[in-house]
Amino acid sequence: MTQQYCTFHLGDLFFGVDVQRVQEVIRYQEMTPVPLADPVIQGLINLRGQIVTAIEMRAQLAFGPRPADRRPMNVVLRTEDGAVSLLVDEIGDVLELDDAHYERAPATVRHVVGDLVPGVYKLEDRLMLVLDTDKTLKAVAAA
Amino acid sequence: MEEPDEITTEFLVESYENLDQLDQELVALETTPGDTERIASIFRTIHTIKGTSGFLGFAELERVAHVGENLLSRLRDGVLALDEARTTVLLRMVDAVRTILGEIERNGSEGDARYDDLVADLERLQDPDATDAPAAPPPPKPKSNAAAAASPGGGAGPPNVSDSSIRVDVGLLDELMNLVGELVLARNQILQHAAGTDDTTFVSTTQRLSLITTELQEGLMKTRMQPIGHVWNKFPRVVRDLALTCDKQVHIKMEGNETELDRTILEAIKDPLTHVVRNAIDHGIETPAARVAAGKDATGSLSMRAYHEGGQVNIEISDDGAGVDLARVKAKAIGQGLISEERAQRMSDRELAMCIFMPGFSTAAQVTSVSGRGVGMDVVRTNIEKIGGVVDIVNRPGRGMTLKIKIPLTLAIIPALVVGSGGERFAIPQVNLLELVRLEGTAAASAVETIHGIPVYRLRGHLLPLAYLGEQLGMSPTARADGDHRPALNIVVLQADDRSFGLVVDEVFDTEEIVVKPLGPEIKKLSTYAGTTIMGDGRVALILDVLGIAKRARIVAEGHARGGDDPPAALPEDKRAPTRTMLLFRAGLEGRLAVPLDLVSRLEEVSEDRIERAGGHHVVQYRGGIMPLIDVRASLGLPAPADPEPLRQVIVHARGDRAMGLVVDTIVDIVEDHVDIERIGGAPGRVGSAVIQGHVTDLVDVRGLIERVDPTFFREDAA
Repeated sequence: MTQQYCTFHLGDLFFGVDVQRVQEVIRYQEMTPVPLADPVIQGLINLRGQIVTAIEMRAQLAFGPRPADRRPMNVVLRTEDGAVSLLVDEIGDVLELDDAHYERAPATVRHVVGDLVPGVYKLEDRLMLVLDTDKTLKAVAAA
Repeated sequence: MEEPDEITTEFLVESYENLDQLDQELVALETTPGDTERIASIFRTIHTIKGTSGFLGFAELERVAHVGENLLSRLRDGVLALDEARTTVLLRMVDAVRTILGEIERNGSEGDARYDDLVADLERLQDPDATDAPAAPPPPKPKSNAAAAASPGGGAGPPNVSDSSIRVDVGLLDELMNLVGELVLARNQILQHAAGTDDTTFVSTTQRLSLITTELQEGLMKTRMQPIGHVWNKFPRVVRDLALTCDKQVHIKMEGNETELDRTILEAIKDPLTHVVRNAIDHGIETPAARVAAGKDATGSLSMRAYHEGGQVNIEISDDGAGVDLARVKAKAIGQGLISEERAQRMSDRELAMCIFMPGFSTAAQVTSVSGRGVGMDVVRTNIEKIGGVVDIVNRPGRGMTLKIKIPLTLAIIPALVVGSGGERFAIPQVNLLELVRLEGTAAASAVETIHGIPVYRLRGHLLPLAYLGEQLGMSPTARADGDHRPALNIVVLQADDRSFGLVVDEVFDTEEIVVKPLGPEIKKLSTYAGTTIMGDGRVALILDVLGIAKRARIVAEGHARGGDDPPAALPEDKRAPTRTMLLFRAGLEGRLAVPLDLVSRLEEVSEDRIERAGGHHVVQYRGGIMPLIDVRASLGLPAPADPEPLRQVIVHARGDRAMGLVVDTIVDIVEDHVDIERIGGAPGRVGSAVIQGHVTDLVDVRGLIERVDPTFFREDAA
């Protein structure tokens, strides 16, 4: 069995989300900040008339702030309550990965990214962390 | 030739649709005679036609449908088997029904045709043995078929009503509405772009696009409109039943049934209207005996009227009953602790009448099945306000009352004021907007006063509490300060609940038609926003929830029951006293004192040497007149502090052009708390004591103190 992942970079880690959940991937968009909202919520984006909440993944995963000269990219996810965008550093390719290379996330990884990453794919030259989008969005809503 | 009325038209449309299906079903049934579900479905259709035609007074149609229904019921129950003869006769019945419907559509009546043969056949075939049709029935069959076939296909007559209207899925309409919303936004963007170019072709095309978009928006809005009659039609029955329960005689009159409203709004006003009607009958209209005694007709009248006015819909519900008994309302409201005695004295008749909308208010002596649980009218108002409507009362004591409801036509696109703060733009729904105040230069610097940290502005002599938008949203905490170098002060005066307050913003832009979009779940929990919208430049802007902002700024009490979220039934159980805003101060050495803030017109500082004596009282020259002063310390018999401050604080209570000043030592704070007044000991000059913010605080009897100095101060003629 293989599965397709939409990948992105965040800090020095490499992540992937289930491609089925991704509506589209877009470059940096202007955002309207939402005062009083949790800092994880970076703002609102007008995506062709659709209002999309942008979530700063660096804040969600408690990474440091993004270097000032780098603008985030958007991984727009489809959800029941409309679209949500994950702000990431860099977009990678869509990868088709074999289940054979999958392994449950070791405790040390969980230490860094919490329980949002259930597992890891061992690629040839690096690891790809699978991001559980449902859990991520739930964590944001609970924030 | 008589035009069929609306109900009949609707009946025709529905029946035609069902008949088309019947033809197919009957034919299909012939091949699968055992399909009881299908027979049941046919039965229901004919049953509906029978019921409605009887109701509308189409006797022949009812007769045909009735015997057809009988036959079908026996088929459904398995007493009879469907064979060719029965199918034929049922199809003949369908044709007959169609012919009669056509006649009704053209002439408004059934015409003179009688279907005795058909009825006889239908009856005869109910007998299980009469399977073989006699020679008589077949001949009429082709005849009636031919007649029926001629009308739809021939094109000779006018088209059926069902040809000129279709049923559309509401979901599809909602989706189209969304798309038009997008189009409006795109149009706004293009308009903005066109304003900056010289390309005349582009500009004129843009104008055309703009016009078409507006027309499309209006047209689509119309498709979502339904006449208010959809909701009203059930009221005659409600009124009749209720009148019987209450032993009253009520005649209902309705006007403007055809007034159209967006279906979401129609849905939202259904329950409030029902409640108002129930209330009018239970509380408003008197018993026949009482009415006759009052010189009125024994039968009360309830009239409902709906009409369009200025892009809004007005609904008026009037009765000719007793009206609102203001004295009783006053007594009840005070008794239930909803308002204070002092406040009640100062309320106008209209304000008193509006008390019936307070949460927990009920004048019914007894809780009946109809009303009296005190959860009604406030929910009515809450629900109406939730959709951007307003409620008002015209009270005619002894002669009845009118409830006026003003509601917008639609919720999807609303007018809003766009303001700026902290570099961001926000939209404020126009329904909350009272007025705009702009102060420039030195006026801006000195306009804002603070009462112990709470900024206020004197708007035509009244203290208007202020909230700084930037500060409330945590954007620019340093922006506040009365004397900072801001060039102008923009105050947006808003209505939240019953209170008005000023929202200070950096900039005021324009009013705009905005398309309301819902908030995502991540943001919905913030009570300060009601939704989002997209501005002309494509950026997203947040729509402010005015009540949420007011609560955040503590202008409106947080716990204030606002229907909707709280189950209404919980209200009467809430034994907590209502929250009130109190001014806390000290006089002399003794403990804390308080007066309700609504009795405070202004706060002043007076130096000891400006206090003069006149007519046996201390007075001070104030605003070109003489204001008598009451020393609270002396009046309450409190010991003086060892070294009195040279500057005295004066709480001014103004009434008309007269004013009284209460002299106190220090102003402590303004707080909002549940105030439950207890009378202890009856010390002079005090209303009682209450626990405010965990401290026992004496409430000063402002009225009593003032009357000691000037007994005429509160008389109506003296004011």
